[in-house]
Amino acid sequence: MKADMKRRTFLRAAGGAAGGAAALGTLGFPALVLGASRRVVVVGGGVGGCTAAKYLRKLDPSLSVTLIDPEASYTSCFMSNEVLSGERTLESLTFGYDGLRGYGVTVVQDWVVGIDPDQQQVTTQGAQHFDYDACIVSPGVGFKWDAIDGYNEQIANTSIPHAWFAGPQTLLLRQQLQAMPEGGHVIIVAPPNPFKCPPGPYERASQIALYCQHHKPRAKITILDAKDAFSKQGLYMEGWRKLYGYGTDNSMIQWVSAAAGGAVEELDPDTRTLVGLVEDFQGDVVNIIPPQKAGNIAFAADLVDGDWCPVDKRTFESSRHPGIYVLGDASSAAKMPKSAYAANSQAKVAAAAIIARFQDQEPGDPTFVNTCYSVVGEDFGISVAAVYNLDSDTNTIEPIPGSGGVSPANASPEIRKREVSYAHSWFKNVINDMME
Amino acid sequence: MNHKNTLPKHLRNLLLAACTALPAAGVARPSGQALAFTCAGCHGTDGSSVGPSMPAIAGMDPEVFVDAMQAYREDKRNPSIMNRIAKAYSDEQLEDMGWFFASQRLRVFPQAYDAALAAQGLELHQQYCEKCHENGGLPGDAGTLAGQWIPYLHYTMEDFINGKRQWPRKMKRKVEAAIEAAGDQAIPALVNYYGSQSSTGPTMTTGTTGASGAEEQEQ
Ligand SMILES: Cc1cc2nc3c(=O)[nH]c(=O)nc-3n(C[C@H](O)[C@H](O)[C@H](O)COP(=O)(O)OP(=O)(O)OC[C@H]3O[C@@H](n4cnc5c(N)ncnc54)[C@H](O)[C@@H]3O)c2cc1C
Repeated sequence: MKADMKRRTFLRAAGGAAGGAAALGTLGFPALVLGASRRVVVVGGGVGGCTAAKYLRKLDPSLSVTLIDPEASYTSCFMSNEVLSGERTLESLTFGYDGLRGYGVTVVQDWVVGIDPDQQQVTTQGAQHFDYDACIVSPGVGFKWDAIDGYNEQIANTSIPHAWFAGPQTLLLRQQLQAMPEGGHVIIVAPPNPFKCPPGPYERASQIALYCQHHKPRAKITILDAKDAFSKQGLYMEGWRKLYGYGTDNSMIQWVSAAAGGAVEELDPDTRTLVGLVEDFQGDVVNIIPPQKAGNIAFAADLVDGDWCPVDKRTFESSRHPGIYVLGDASSAAKMPKSAYAANSQAKVAAAAIIARFQDQEPGDPTFVNTCYSVVGEDFGISVAAVYNLDSDTNTIEPIPGSGGVSPANASPEIRKREVSYAHSWFKNVINDMME
Repeated sequence: MNHKNTLPKHLRNLLLAACTALPAAGVARPSGQALAFTCAGCHGTDGSSVGPSMPAIAGMDPEVFVDAMQAYREDKRNPSIMNRIAKAYSDEQLEDMGWFFASQRLRVFPQAYDAALAAQGLELHQQYCEKCHENGGLPGDAGTLAGQWIPYLHYTMEDFINGKRQWPRKMKRKVEAAIEAAGDQAIPALVNYYGSQSSTGPTMTTGTTGASGAEEQEQ
């Protein structure tokens, strides 16, 4: 026991030293070559998967890294609410994988249908097999389709979009807003916790209000919420008051909390009517963001406990199957939110941990950051930030006391305006760090 | 550009980084690299930002880095997300991060600038700024100006002038003298001059910000 502890301590120190050397970039030690190069297979070419693939190759060019995603390019959800207001196009959110290829990552376009933790092999729909020494899984979220009676995938694709993945449904929702009669009623159904992008539904309401302000000034937007509180609530409401008349009889935006009857049980798709506990709501345009769980492959590969994938938060290695690392939205990473910044931050911790493992070293102490900007309207941006440490006793990622938090309330117009430009610069940099 | 003074500095930073990167045995703490990697989501990989309102921090002098972070931590700068983030770090961690960024090569990206203003800015720079911001404002003992993003530089100068950021020694007098000489043009001229150094030639269209458009700044 004692000897073991000493060894751990020694290895951790050695790991720290190796990390320090790698930090030098130009002076880094070449990785030890132990026979054939180690193989990492990455399932999912989103934020977590791309960042991990890039950093694995950046930190150890001797690794063989293969990234598998069904799409030829990635379309980011972050900033996709700006497509709804017309502030940007879907193309401006779409990025190919050539940047990753430039780092020496092999990119395969296919669906992963199985991961065998004993054989250490990934299988795709196209019947390709990939052996791995470590496997990274970052498939994002899936939906609980049975949560709202009458709603299903087919309806989402054709008439009542969720648009919680950026793509055709984002454009469908945009077209519906454009076709909506003047004075029309938009309903957004916001999901219960936890879900991808906690401030997202409220940013969406804001961006739709921005569109309506210019094109349908008499329109109304109702958020029907499964919750009684939401992310950055005070700041959103400040922005809505300033920009959209919130709190007055003439407010463009209404928020109905669960306690006030906002929880929705059933949809009549033909009349676009939502059945609540207290009353019904009928909309001209309806956007339902369903309750969420880990993406399908996480269930197929037996990585879940309940809805999400438990991990050792020092490394993001699955607590269910060693050698598999689950990142981003699919992981159970409390207290980090499900955000792009979080997935990006986790991916670097996992990449370093995998390399440490290949070199028979203890993983270093992890550190994490989340930041999230929201654009509430013209010249009105807000943000939330947190820096986290691992509490290894409870396996919880804890915000560091005294740090982080949201933008100041009632800040100057100059600060609010700057936060819009920070939001757009953040977008460029996070895409850069992920895949360029 | 004259890189004579920056080459040894860059090497010195590398060597000092090698020494400070070795943690004391048994002390559990995230490495400087691990800490610095968390910044990339907003400042670009290894601190070479591709977003015009976020400053490039690669190649930055570690002392300048630590000073800036401490000022944020103590709410001495116009509040941004950085005030909230800086409060999470100890002095030692800031130093570790500082050494990491100091040892990174700054990659600069072409951006739109006004050639006439940039030419005027060069003259103002030589007269009022070069003494502290050597070599046209390359990373050195003062913050990175050469190749820095123009929108970020504008924010910075607004903050100095509006009293929301503490002037370094002598800077206030120098900036006031430049404004005395060139009027309202002075700040835009200087800022365009610094921004122009990221590009091979003047352009009024937005430059590409992809990795392929990068030019490594030799140091
Ligand atoms: C409207 C909206 C706004 C948002 N705004 C922000 C924001 O401002 N800031 C922020 O930080 N976050 C934001 N987010 C959240 C962010 O998009 C996610 O948290 C982030 O994308 C999570 O990364 P990920 O790697 O877990 O999953 P994703 O980025 O969703 O990537 C998952 C990838 O896995 C692939 N995949 C799935 N299953 C398989 C399979 N079986 N085989 C192979 N590949 C598979 C998918 O094709 C996809 O490319 C927003 C989200 C939404 C919906």
